[in-house]
This record gives sequence, C-alpha cells and structure tokens, in this order.
Amino acid sequence: MELLLLLILPVGGAAWLGIAGAQRRAPEVNAAFSLGTFLAACALAVRVIRHGDLLLGEEQFFIDPFNVFLVTLTAFVGMTTALFSRPYMRTELDHGRLTPGRLRLYHSMYQLFMFTMLLALTTNNMGLMWVAMEGATLSTVLLVTLYRTPASLEAGWKYFILCGVGIAQALFGTILLYVAAEKVLGSQGVTALLWTHLDAVKSQLEPTVLALAFVFLLVGYGTKVGLVPLHSWLPDAHAEGPTPISAVLSGLLLNVALYAVVRSKVLVEGSVHSQLPSRLLMGFGLVSVVVASLLLWRQRDIKRLFAYSSIEHMGIATFAFGMGGPIANFAALLHMTVHSLTKSSIFFTAGHAAQKTGTQAMDRIRGLITLSPTVGWGLMLGSLAILGVPPFGVFTSEFLILTTAMRTQPWATPILLAALAVAFAAIFSKVQPMVFGETTGRRLPHAPALLPVFAHLAIVLLLGLYIPPYLADWYRAAAHLIGG
Amino acid sequence: MSPLPLGQQLLDTCAALLLLLSFAMLSQRRVVALVNLYALQGAVLAAATLLLAWRTGEDHLYVSAALTLVLKVALLPWLLHRLIRRLQVYRDTEPLLNVSGTMLVGLVIVVFAFSLAQPITRLASTATRSAIGIALAVVLLAFLMMITRRKAMSQVVGFLSMENGVLFGAMSASYGMPMVVELGIALDVLVAVLVLGVFFFQIRERFDSLDLHHLESLKEHE
Repeated sequence: MELLLLLILPVGGAAWLGIAGAQRRAPEVNAAFSLGTFLAACALAVRVIRHGDLLLGEEQFFIDPFNVFLVTLTAFVGMTTALFSRPYMRTELDHGRLTPGRLRLYHSMYQLFMFTMLLALTTNNMGLMWVAMEGATLSTVLLVTLYRTPASLEAGWKYFILCGVGIAQALFGTILLYVAAEKVLGSQGVTALLWTHLDAVKSQLEPTVLALAFVFLLVGYGTKVGLVPLHSWLPDAHAEGPTPISAVLSGLLLNVALYAVVRSKVLVEGSVHSQLPSRLLMGFGLVSVVVASLLLWRQRDIKRLFAYSSIEHMGIATFAFGMGGPIANFAALLHMTVHSLTKSSIFFTAGHAAQKTGTQAMDRIRGLITLSPTVGWGLMLGSLAILGVPPFGVFTSEFLILTTAMRTQPWATPILLAALAVAFAAIFSKVQPMVFGETTGRRLPHAPALLPVFAHLAIVLLLGLYIPPYLADWYRAAAHLIGG
Repeated sequence: MSPLPLGQQLLDTCAALLLLLSFAMLSQRRVVALVNLYALQGAVLAAATLLLAWRTGEDHLYVSAALTLVLKVALLPWLLHRLIRRLQVYRDTEPLLNVSGTMLVGLVIVVFAFSLAQPITRLASTATRSAIGIALAVVLLAFLMMITRRKAMSQVVGFLSMENGVLFGAMSASYGMPMVVELGIALDVLVAVLVLGVFFFQIRERFDSLDLHHLESLKEHE
C-alpha cells in the first residue's frame, strides 16, 4: 500500500503537471506531490522497521533496510528540493531565462525523475532496475538542456551519449548475470533476475561469467556514479542545468547508481570468492578521489567546483564499499546520507548566489555575507561540512573510513589523507573570498527558500554529534546486508 | 561430421548477416542509407528471433520478434527518416578515421570480442551459443561507430545498433530476457528516440547544424 502510493504519486504528479502544469500554482503542486511521496516513504520505512523485509507485487519489489533508507533519503531531498525550486524557478522565469512552457516540462520531468529513482531503488528485478536507471537518464536529459544555451545543449548531448553507452554496458552485464542465473534457477526465466533469488543461490553461480558481468555492470552504473575516468558528463550536466536539478543529480542520482553497483557487488562477491570486486571498487574509488581533488583547483565555475567535489565524495563511498566489512559499510552508508544532504544544500545556496550576482564564475561572486547573511553563512557552513570539519556528519563518516583503511588497507590511507587535504585547500580558498569581501549583487524578486538549506545542515550536524540508536541500528542492519 | 540442422544453419546465417551489416554501417557515410541499414539489421534480428521461437517453442520469443519488427523495422526508422527530412541532414562529414582504417580497427575488435565471449560460450547451454561472440562484436563495432562519427544522427544510429547487439546477445545466450524486462527496454529505446528528436531540434535551433564540433566548447579551461 505504502509502496503503491510511493510509486503512483510521482507518476500522477508528472501526468498532472504535464497536462495542467502551465498554471501559476504549478510549483506548489510540485511541492505537494513531493511531500506526499515523502510521507509514503516514511510510512514504508516505519513498516520495514517494525516488520522486517518486505517482498511485494509477486516478488517484483523488495524492501530491506538498505534500500528503504535510500528511499527515505531520496524522497526527503526530493521534497526539500521542490520547496527550494519554488522561488528559484520563479526568479529564473522573471529573469527571462525560461518560458512558462519550459517550466511545465521542468515540473513534469522532475516528478518523472523521482519516479524512476524510486523504482530503481525498490525493484527486486535487476532487469527492471536497469530500465529505471535508463529512464532516469532520459527524464533528465531535457532538464539539463532546459535553458537551451549552447553550453547546456552540449552538456545534455554529452550526458545522453556517455550515460547511454554506459547503460548499454550495464545491460550486457545484466544479461550475463541472467545467463549464469538461468543455469541454477531453471530456464523458465521468471525468477532468474530477481535479486532475492539470485542472492539465495549466489554461491552456485559460475564465477568467471559473474566476474565478467561485474566488470560490465561496474563500468555501466559507474558511469552514472561519476567514477573517474567515466565522469566527464558530470561536471557539465551539473553546471549547465538548472540548480534544483544539479542538487538532485548530485544528491540523489549518484547515490542510486552507487546502490545498483553495491547490489551487484553483493551477488558477485558471493560467487567469485576472490578480491576482484573489492579491488575494482577500491581502485575506481581511489582514482576518483585523487583526480577529482586535483581538478578542484582548476575550476572557475561555482557549480562545476561542487560537481567535482561530488565525484570526490562518491569516490570515498565507493572505496569504503570496496573495503567492505561492517564498519566500512556503515561509514559508506552514513557518507552517502550526509553527502547527499550537504551537497544539495550547497547547490541551493550556490544557485541563489549565482542568481544574486548574475554569474556562476567564482571570481565575480564576492561578499555574499553582506548581500545576504543567510546565503553567505549557508554556503560557508555547507562548504565546511562537506570538507569534513569536525562537528558535522561528514567528519564522522570520513573518520570511520580512514580508521578502517588504516587497519585493513594501510597503503591507501596516506593517498586518501593527501587527497582530502588538497580538496580542503582548494575548496576553502575559493569559497572564502566569495563569502567575505566586497559585495556585487542585486536583490531577488522572490524571497529565496533557505529553510531547506539549514534543515539539511542541521541534520548533518546532528548526525555528526549524535546518531539516534534506531538510526544506528538501521545503518548496521543495512551494512550487515551488504556484508563483505 | 553430420551437417547441422537447417534451422541452425539459418540462424548462423542470420548471425553472420548481422555482423556484415555492422561493418556496412561502419563504412556508410550517407545518413539515409545508414538508417536503412539499421532497419535491415532490425529485420534480420526479428527473423533470427522468429527462427529461434520456432525451433525452441518458447512463446515469449514470438512476442519479442513482433516487438522487434514493429519497433525497429517500422517505427524507429520511420521516425529517423522523418527527422532527417525535416532537419535536412543527408551526409556525414569525413569521419575522424578514414574508412579503411576504421575497417582494420573493426577486424581487431571482432577477434577481441570472440576471445572475450569464450567463457560465456562455454557456460551457455543454448543451441545458439556460438553467436554470442558475434553479438559482442556487434556491440563493440557500434561503439566504434559512435566514436568515429561527428554527426549527431550517425551517433544515434550507432547507439541503436549497439542496443540491437545487446538484445541479440541476450537471445543467443539465454533465449531472451523475461518479458517484463524486454518490454521495459523497448519502451526506453522508444522514449530515447523521441527525446533525441526534441533534442535535435533544440541543437538545430541554436546552431543551424547538427555537426557536433559545435558542441566542443565545454572543456576544462586553464
């Protein structure tokens, strides 16, 4: 029931906003649908906490602690982003960067995007998961090109082609998985792609084929996670699309893609009995962290800067999942949560800063703190949080990952620490003059919605100081599921 | 050595035709002909699916063949032809690598694909397992085509041909995927082409051209 609501609300929202979305209240309707989706997600989470794993709809949907936590997070950030986009997109309309028709497309696609992500998270069928991930790409291509500037068209094209090719690799990986599973589960083919069935027989699956399948799946979904060297679509799509889309791409889509990778890893690891999946994840993760932190120095566009920071943080989480074990998995899940909350709040403030100063070029954004103390402090606090400054949750997760790395992978610790230091210096030296210094901005016609920013940062702060016991149990259960 | 049964021989012929068509697409510069080759590839794929359905008696393969026929032989080529007419793009510019060079790279790719397919071929129990190498080769050749072409339209045909290869792989390794997944894939492909149609008009409106060298300004600046 909750699940049905969770999936139907965004589809209904997309249809409603697509048909009747040109009216004045569309942003509010969008927010209302997102709120409904979030409530459904909460109800689903409560049910899973009370009664344990759920298998619904003829086993096509499977909810366990691992995905229900991501479902709740996705629905929550989806809701706050809808709240943020309300005044933001109105201002864009007033500045003449959009037409009402395009705003309708934006709202409709926004809901459709939420639907595809929730479907990818809740489905038990690896094939359907692929279909939903491809759907997530398709529904956001037109959002990236919403402004129709040459740069945004280029970003959209790059996004489409790179993710399209990547996702074709993932389909091939899924097929290989199916071939191996069919041997064990029988050839009627109904159950051979269901994750729960695959999980039950994973030790009997043919190792060489599964190893090959994992490489294809990792390359395919890894393109969407933004792992280096498959990342080149990510900064462009983040910088050229509208800010709410940058926030959900960075905060949610990357998480969902990483979820797909981790689900595949659980299966493959049960079969191959070698270090291959772990090593691959650690390798890709570490390369992403290092390359992204070095590229941070060269950025001039505020949204590109934080897009590279997303690659870095996804690299950290991927590395942690690669290490495996209860603590590293716990830390990786926590890291996904706090990164998603912090990064979306940073994009919110960066978007407002860009609107106020009329530019995304960082050397022309100055003195945000005098312009608007809330935007200035929001950006400053958000940047400090993402850089892992102690009281915030990112510190906790990075600390856990680093200490685990010292124990199990000592060689990687200095590389990680150095990369984190480089990233700290790069981001801090760029954010500091933007926040302080002489002002250059203007007033906005619609008061910005900064509640989401501070709500996100407050949660991240809370997670850094104190993780409530039921939440900790929840993460632990999820970490246990991933195993490794 | 006893001769292979007729159905098997026909299936192998289909596989060979698919590979041949991939090479033909790789060398074809005219966009209209490229779309026709794509439609032909779809037709061969549908024929192979039909043969397999008849040989194995798996009902869902009939549905799959019908789906391929409607989508890839009729609907998608029609949409693409319409786009070409309305956008007036008939020829691709000189590819990044000349035709003979591309062909040589293609040959190396086929050898590579066959060696990569070895472990899967050994595992698969289907009568068509020898075709898995061909499917992988079709995927990689389509990939090569996407890399070497400059025009958006040719890249899209490459993308679609890659999906043909993946589906042929699914068919020869395990007699197709579960129905719900195949329907989902077909839906995604259809939506992808529709989204691209919209997208092309946006590019066109902005640049008066579908040449992708306009789309090369987003590089890392120093």
